[in-house]
Amino acid sequence: MRLHRIGALAAAFVLGAFPAMAAPSGPHYGGTIRLVAAAAEGTMDPQVNYTLKYWQLFPFLYDGLVTFKKAGGTDAFTIVPDLAESIPTPADGGKTYVFTLRKGIKFSNGQTLTADDVRATFVRLFKVLNPNAGAWYNVIEGGDACVKTPASCTLPGVVADDAAGTVTFHLVQPDSEFLDQLAVPFGSIVPASTPAKDMGTTPIPGTGAYMIKSYDPNRGIVMVRNPYFKQWSADAQPWGYVDEIDYNFGLTPDAQVTAIENGQDDWMFDNIPVDRLNEVATRYTKQLHLNPLLAYFYLTLNVNLAPFSNEDARLAVAYAINRADLVKLYGGPALATPSCQVLPPGMPGYAPYCPYTMNPGSKWSAPDMAKAKALMAKSGTAGQAVTIITQTIDPYRAIGVYLQSVLNELGYKASVKAISPDIEFTYLQNTKNKVQIGVTDWYQDYPAPSDFLNVLYSCANFHPGSDTSINMPGFCDKSIDAEMQKAMTLSLTDAAGANKIWAQVDRMVTDQSPTVTMFNPKHADFVSKRVGNFVFSGQVYFQPELAWVK
Amino acid sequence: MSGAEPLRAPAGWSEPARLAPPALGYWAGAFRKLLRNPSALASFAVLMLIVLVCAAAPYYARDVSHTDPFASNVGGSIMVGGKSVDVLQQATNGLGLGLTPIGPLWRFGPYALGADDQGRDVAARLLYGGRNSLLIGVASTLICLSLATLTGLVAGFFGGLTDRVISILLDILWAFPIYLLAISLSIVLINQSLVIGPLQITGSSLALPILIIGVVYVPYVARPIRGQVLSLRNSEFVLAATGLGVPRFRILWRDILPNVLSTVIVFAPLMMALNILTEAALSFLSVGVQPPAASWGTIIRDGEGLLYTQPMVAVAPGIAIVLTVLALNILGDGLRDALDPRAKLRI
Repeated sequence: MRLHRIGALAAAFVLGAFPAMAAPSGPHYGGTIRLVAAAAEGTMDPQVNYTLKYWQLFPFLYDGLVTFKKAGGTDAFTIVPDLAESIPTPADGGKTYVFTLRKGIKFSNGQTLTADDVRATFVRLFKVLNPNAGAWYNVIEGGDACVKTPASCTLPGVVADDAAGTVTFHLVQPDSEFLDQLAVPFGSIVPASTPAKDMGTTPIPGTGAYMIKSYDPNRGIVMVRNPYFKQWSADAQPWGYVDEIDYNFGLTPDAQVTAIENGQDDWMFDNIPVDRLNEVATRYTKQLHLNPLLAYFYLTLNVNLAPFSNEDARLAVAYAINRADLVKLYGGPALATPSCQVLPPGMPGYAPYCPYTMNPGSKWSAPDMAKAKALMAKSGTAGQAVTIITQTIDPYRAIGVYLQSVLNELGYKASVKAISPDIEFTYLQNTKNKVQIGVTDWYQDYPAPSDFLNVLYSCANFHPGSDTSINMPGFCDKSIDAEMQKAMTLSLTDAAGANKIWAQVDRMVTDQSPTVTMFNPKHADFVSKRVGNFVFSGQVYFQPELAWVK
Repeated sequence: MSGAEPLRAPAGWSEPARLAPPALGYWAGAFRKLLRNPSALASFAVLMLIVLVCAAAPYYARDVSHTDPFASNVGGSIMVGGKSVDVLQQATNGLGLGLTPIGPLWRFGPYALGADDQGRDVAARLLYGGRNSLLIGVASTLICLSLATLTGLVAGFFGGLTDRVISILLDILWAFPIYLLAISLSIVLINQSLVIGPLQITGSSLALPILIIGVVYVPYVARPIRGQVLSLRNSEFVLAATGLGVPRFRILWRDILPNVLSTVIVFAPLMMALNILTEAALSFLSVGVQPPAASWGTIIRDGEGLLYTQPMVAVAPGIAIVLTVLALNILGDGLRDALDPRAKLRI
């Protein structure tokens, strides 16, 4: 038995089945970076998980045909070829994409990547009930049928040619954001043999620079170098600096701050508690990194349920809230900026607009309570009971309690229902829960205005009775829908023209106030003293594989 | 005849002159014993002080703190030493991050104990919170003791199938970890409201934690009472009454109940202490008293995020809970010593 194994190893060496390339060496290479968070975030299946926590990890564990450039700042919004040799020019009026795969790429289990893996990945995406299958990927021919009956999905719109190493996508209509949707983790290519079910805690082999060695949601994740990885594009999938990335779970945010101050951990996922912000910002200034996000915190108002089915009642809330107070509750002006509109600064199509302030214009200055009360009187909704849904954790809880005071001042009988952060996001979406008003936020999936406006406010994304009805207020305005379709079509040929339409759509939505924007947040990353080369990507935020600990 | 009543001299028996003064009644004797217990008296005084101070909450908020303890005051400011100071102070050093509520001003006026993360006066909320905590403690204790006495009496006295059914139900209820059961009930009922016939108790009503806490501790009290009733059922005076044909409910009411009453009274302050602690735990976990109403548990929850900068927000209600629970426990011990010094009951 023993001899047989040695013989097999020798044969493997001769046949070249051993890992192709050793890890790079250099002054900053090696070591283990220790990440920490309060809790795990569920499944490690890249086609199912839709959380920031793991979307930060998937880019160095998996690859798509294309990906967002591994770079800092807004450079990270550039789409670069990854498993594909190049980004194809769409044919057939924007409806056909032919990708040619790079040769010799292997999964972390040693299996060679083929075109069939790509086809199988997209079929699997529907079979595992990907959260955005019906919103994004149904543009592929056969996609709608797959959404309807996932078990029998064949997806004829994806054609693999293993001999030629090509994969062809046929779309039902041109889609200016198709490449963005291929570049996010949902588009991670996995082996064709991967079972068509949510793999949960079982790691799926990937082609990235690292692989998952172990995953225990109660303890953490250990990620090590993928022995079969060799760098084919530094922009798409660079060698990481560290040899191992350990993600530990179980510390409260307070304890995480202390662990980083003491050098026991290197980076914390959770927000720094408000009462420790000043301590960190004054004593560990060089270890704190502030970066703007394409995101907004907002109140969702159910436009189909009293009292916010009344537009005047919604506008009253928009005028009444003191955005400066809300910014304070989030951590202060250095961490957030008041806003009245949907699109965040930095997003294509963004044009400053704020009607809900003392001096309406481009910037919020102060609440206008007199106008809010006049609108309340006009709405005739005073005295009604309103329940605010928020999360049990801060800043959401604090915002909910603050909002209760504002609504009571407007004349409502407001109460607060704080629920677990694990379920609040889906709870707000389901009309069966009869949510009147909720505190929530939205972070970009990719840098396109449609990811805010079309995703959150289009009629197509309102599904009564479903947990996946991302249009939380149930807002549906056919004229706004038509404008958004016009913008998406125009963006294929005239990005600047499309952005002008998006700016107009942003105003139209803001004017009807199905949601009330509070502020645009910034992200504060706190790292240990030994962490060097901190890279903050606008797309995936902190990139631990690009940091060095030596 | 009640077993709790002291023995009386038989007719015709002449009392020696030196044995005066005459024997006191049972309750009067117990009361006299209690008065001779300085710890119990001090505890009672502390409790009364806490109750009175908490009862004055509306007057304190209106005339002393001049703030609405239920409304956010994030952008508010007050005069301190002739200067206007923000209630929530934005950091100005370093990167200008973080927000710190104003600390205790240690004066008989606004923000004597500082502000919480919404800019509300902690002292005023502490008093209002005390009203709710005490109310929940007292009301849930009354519900718990009433239900426990009823079930204990019925199970112990009637025995047989009745006893078996009640005992099994109590065992099932007691098999659940108390806090887990209370949390589960709270989460479900806060979200869906409790509907009993025409009566609807909403998630924000204080009646909800009162009912939940009152019910989950019933087995804790009912089981010792049942045991005591089982023992009393076979005592001579009960057997004599039964033999004389006294109706069973009359025996239960006139002979058994007075004998277990002292146990119930001993339980009262101890259960109140336990219930105040349970309420604090539920409110700390956001499943007890709902905002903007306050209880000592919710104030500790509010202060959890301020432990590093303004610990007084969490410490003040913590001290209030410790004082109240300690006083109730010492009073309970005093009552037990006074009413039933031979009792093996130790809670």
